Amino acid sequence: MTTPPAKTLLMIGTTKGLFLATSSDDRLTWEVSGPHFSMTGVYSAAIDKRRSAPRLLAGVSSSHFGPSVATSDDLGGSWREPDQPPLAFPADTETSLGRVWQLAPGSAAEPDVVYAGTEPTALFRSVDGGVSYEMVRALWDHPHRKEWGEGFGGQAAHTVLPHPADPARVLVAMSTGGVYRSDDAGATWTTGNTGIRAYFLPDEWPEFGQCVHKVARDAGDPDRLYAQNHHGVYRSDDAGVTWNSIADGLPSDFGFAMVAHPHRSGVIYNFPLVADGERFPVERRCRPFRSVDAGTTWEPLAVGLPTDPYYAAVLRDAMCVDDAETAGVYFGTRAGEVYASRDEGDSWSLVAAHLPDVLCLRAAEV
Amino acid sequence: MVTLLVPAALRVDAAGASRLDVTACGTLRAVLDEVAGRWPRLDRRIRDERGELRRYVNVYVDGEDCRRGEGLDTPVPSGAEVQVIPSVAGG
Repeated sequence: MTTPPAKTLLMIGTTKGLFLATSSDDRLTWEVSGPHFSMTGVYSAAIDKRRSAPRLLAGVSSSHFGPSVATSDDLGGSWREPDQPPLAFPADTETSLGRVWQLAPGSAAEPDVVYAGTEPTALFRSVDGGVSYEMVRALWDHPHRKEWGEGFGGQAAHTVLPHPADPARVLVAMSTGGVYRSDDAGATWTTGNTGIRAYFLPDEWPEFGQCVHKVARDAGDPDRLYAQNHHGVYRSDDAGVTWNSIADGLPSDFGFAMVAHPHRSGVIYNFPLVADGERFPVERRCRPFRSVDAGTTWEPLAVGLPTDPYYAAVLRDAMCVDDAETAGVYFGTRAGEVYASRDEGDSWSLVAAHLPDVLCLRAAEV
Repeated sequence: MVTLLVPAALRVDAAGASRLDVTACGTLRAVLDEVAGRWPRLDRRIRDERGELRRYVNVYVDGEDCRRGEGLDTPVPSGAEVQVIPSVAGG
């Protein structure tokens, strides 16, 4: 018998603002507030628990007034934004920030480090807990950059995975461009795409240029990674150097989300869509899949989810887990519905409906 | 002295003011540079880090769209009214 958490917080980033759902009864019922940052797209969110009080971070993007990052140290009661742009491209890049696609707290050893992945594709690093950021120059200066392509969502670094224990190691994934790794705190970057197919290129097995949609890191083995590609689902057992398909047990190898359980090694979640050309849930069913053996086999999870035809997709950051002992799993759809499971995916219930398109979710005990 | 009219959506970045008195004049750039010094968050809603006007923000000088004039080099005489208006965009 586990002790129920005092409170669970779920950040829901949508195309028209941030909603905050809180549960005080072990995720049975939820209260939703918002929208915070009304009429901005909230493409990224993070809950940084390395601080004495958890810090919420939100990457907000106004279609009129541009992008920014806001932080809250009182669980969303109040937000602050620096006077100066928290992220800005250096003048010599002749580039301006499009939006922040990812906010990722760094390793436990560096509690003030926060990474941001941006559009256009760049990595930024903060040493003040995510308030202000400097561009990681070596990735921007990488000779491949000119050849990184652009998907429908724009050219962006959408995955940033700092190594949990080694601050020198960080992995970035971008669309398009694929996976890049640094083992020296961002000073140099190498590709990590061997085995990931890019069917949309003349050379289907290029060194880089893949359209990786999301990468997740295994809870127990930091060198084990899982990737949802633009067609293709993969696992790496060597820290992202080489990849092998784990798509066989899924009904489709297309989708956006890939999430790893917070504590149980080998447990991952995915939401398959039919195909690139048909971005609906497989069989029109609102149904994530779970693997408990690192992708060897998969099972559909449908208890409590809608049974009528469902057409809305789950985007790359619109699925997450919390950090409870019995993990909560969450996903949000482009139909503005958010579902939660308090039993690791066995059953689901509705957190919120009729929201704008859900772009990102982050959850934690607070 | 120039008067800057602040749209409702940006008043939070101008301490709630709907009108701001700006000493600088000469060009729109000079006016916005003073805004950047005194109300930096207001300026960065209007211009990006390259100093360019954001795509969906329109600035009128005495009723004339600066994009039809000389952009940030549009002349702004003393006594002028500079109006910031979000354009019609989005869904």
